[in-house]
Amino acid sequence: MATRTFLGHYKSLAEIDDFISQIIADQGFSSGQVYDIRLALDEACTNIIEHGYGGEGKGDIQCSVESAEEGIKIILKDWGKKFNPDQIPKPDFNVDLEDLQPRGLGLYLMKNLMDKIGYCIDDGDGNTLVMTKRK
Amino acid sequence: MEISSISYKRCDVVKATGRIDSDTAPDLEKAFNAIIDSKKSGIIFDMGEVNFISSRGLWVLLETQKACKKKRGKLALANISDEMSRSIELAGVKHFMEIYDDVTTAVGSF
Repeated sequence: MATRTFLGHYKSLAEIDDFISQIIADQGFSSGQVYDIRLALDEACTNIIEHGYGGEGKGDIQCSVESAEEGIKIILKDWGKKFNPDQIPKPDFNVDLEDLQPRGLGLYLMKNLMDKIGYCIDDGDGNTLVMTKRK
Repeated sequence: MEISSISYKRCDVVKATGRIDSDTAPDLEKAFNAIIDSKKSGIIFDMGEVNFISSRGLWVLLETQKACKKKRGKLALANISDEMSRSIELAGVKHFMEIYDDVTTAVGSF
């Protein structure tokens, strides 16, 4: 449907949100599903900037949106550090508030918001993240 | 994002508009910390005009809740949309939050 490249900067998050919001507005998703997609994309891009590139302004994020069976597929590419999401443990929520740790909260949220998430690490041209949402 | 706050006798009401993401969450964190640093521990966050909050924003709310609870106070969330309420639930942190339908109800809880 569309592909656009953004600077790996937190200020780009609002632009990325505008980009995806315009594309999915007339695709038949409910308002709750639209919010889920917007939030999952924000979390994914934040992780790329923070963990993949190790900070702002170090590289680009390419965002492609394609039609998928009964929904859409978002493909993100970055050229930062290799990242294996399976090595990030699920946050432990059965603790006192005082002991709660932020690590992994965004990834946990992404997995709950989308129907399918797949990574292709270092395929010779950066890292690829594919997220699918069904209607 | 724009942030404003009003001080009352028992609590402070903070209101924000727009997106809370990794770009804007530090501004919200500063607003909450300014209240906590002034020896207060009762905060109501009016989310009626917030249209998006990411996990970075949720983490600001959780850290603020931690700081308020330490001083026997709390952070109360008011006017939160269904979408945001659901995302807090999906993030697994809803049981750490104190959520009220509106600011008046939240004020009454202090």
